[in-house]
Amino acid sequence: MSDVYILGTDMIKFGRFPDKNVADLGAEAALLALDDAGVSIQDIEALWCGNLMEAGAMVGQRILQQIGQTGIPVVNCANACATGATAFRDAWLSIKAGVYDLVLAVGVEQMGKGLLGGPGGRSGIPKEGLLGSGTMPAVFAEAGMEHARKYGTTFAQFAKVSVKNHHHSTMNPKAMYQLETPLEMVMNAEMISYPNTKLMCSVNVDGAAAAVLASEKKAKELGLKRAVRVRASVLTSDPFTERDLVMPDVNTCTRNAAKKAYEMAGVGPEDVNLVELHDCFATAEILHYENLGLCKDGEAGRMIDEGEVALGGRVPVNCSGGLLSKGHPLGATGIANIYEVSTHLRGEAGKRQVEGARIGLTHVIGLGSACAIHVLEKVS
Amino acid sequence: MEQPQPPFRILPRVNERNRHFWTGGERGELCFLRCRSCGTYIHPPTPICPSDHAKDLAPEAVSGRATIASFTINHQPWMPGPELPYVVAIVEIEEDPTVRLTTNIVGCKPSEVYVGMPVEVVFERHGDAEGDVWIPLFRPRGNGK
Repeated sequence: MSDVYILGTDMIKFGRFPDKNVADLGAEAALLALDDAGVSIQDIEALWCGNLMEAGAMVGQRILQQIGQTGIPVVNCANACATGATAFRDAWLSIKAGVYDLVLAVGVEQMGKGLLGGPGGRSGIPKEGLLGSGTMPAVFAEAGMEHARKYGTTFAQFAKVSVKNHHHSTMNPKAMYQLETPLEMVMNAEMISYPNTKLMCSVNVDGAAAAVLASEKKAKELGLKRAVRVRASVLTSDPFTERDLVMPDVNTCTRNAAKKAYEMAGVGPEDVNLVELHDCFATAEILHYENLGLCKDGEAGRMIDEGEVALGGRVPVNCSGGLLSKGHPLGATGIANIYEVSTHLRGEAGKRQVEGARIGLTHVIGLGSACAIHVLEKVS
Repeated sequence: MEQPQPPFRILPRVNERNRHFWTGGERGELCFLRCRSCGTYIHPPTPICPSDHAKDLAPEAVSGRATIASFTINHQPWMPGPELPYVVAIVEIEEDPTVRLTTNIVGCKPSEVYVGMPVEVVFERHGDAEGDVWIPLFRPRGNGK
């Protein structure tokens, strides 16, 4: 099977764009990625489009109506917060399968402000309304408190995640915010769901990101100079566990995906130079240090205290600012993570560059659940 | 020509890409984006030319003359709007019959409208907090018969 390469990738600056629609934003990112790869829409053999909120509205085709209706196959996909990464992975699969040599993946979302989650389905045990515990801030706060119970993780340690990611995003012009948030500011912000304050919740923004994927043959033809090799692409759903069948399990599917991804890539967590992981809430980031094997179970609090996950540390996490400060446009997030890691591997990340980065990992998790992990490697 | 009291309409959201179309009426001009490389008129506006995928596009005024390609007469008050019954039509512009827009036919009785009828643009101005818009409508051209 052919190796798969990222030849071009880009994202629009995340923000709020009420005078544009989902297709406008997706088309912008697609054109940026095509330009970055030095190819035209006429060269692209198929498109995967990730979008959640308008999943029934043919977003991929609407993007092509703006950037060139070449008649290629279009797949629209939705997979909660793993939507963008799923679009990327299915594009990757098509090259792995030997069907195509050059394809495009776009992730795009237009979000309102405010709270995600809520009542959910009509069957089973109702959470929101009855117990008030089915919202996203509550689910991830509860998962964080379980970690605190087991390992003594503190409110301040969770808050430091947000301080770090906001600091990182001051160096990322494409992030929603470029704003330092000192520890007192994070801890004193409006409490949403203890221990997550408002500054410890991801930002709902509009955004889009895209990537051009190529087979080895095509990548060599077009030039490998800035190419990034996809060493692993893994998608999991949550397996049955005996722990808790009422609240979503935000850990197991990540642990399973990480194990598979390291096996597929032939590397271990110690080989990874930077990580973009799913910090939908500050509590979640702490859990994922351990879920991804960046440290042993129970060491995540120490990792954030000692700066191991900050830029300049042993394994910088969320140099982009993460979902907490770059923003979290659901369908775009997975590909935006891939853009961030690729940019470091290409040595083009400017002030936030992780020096000498050769291997990076991206991770997203959509509740329900879907976890996608990609391991990317610098080529030249 | 502007009607003194235009009917209620849900107004378009004007942005940088479509401003020429919704505000050209201020100068009495029906404007479309046009590809400078292959000459294609583009409607609705897109960031690249749908025909040759070139990116050098600019708005350009056309004559405002068109021909009715299809129409229906709406008899039901689905939402607040023009007085019933009214004509919803698709017109082809004189410069390029593949460029069509959906519009209303005004200035004649609905029963007088026919496919192939020569029409010309007339703008209906609407005040809006974010800036006025000029909706392009069409009326019979010449004696219209």
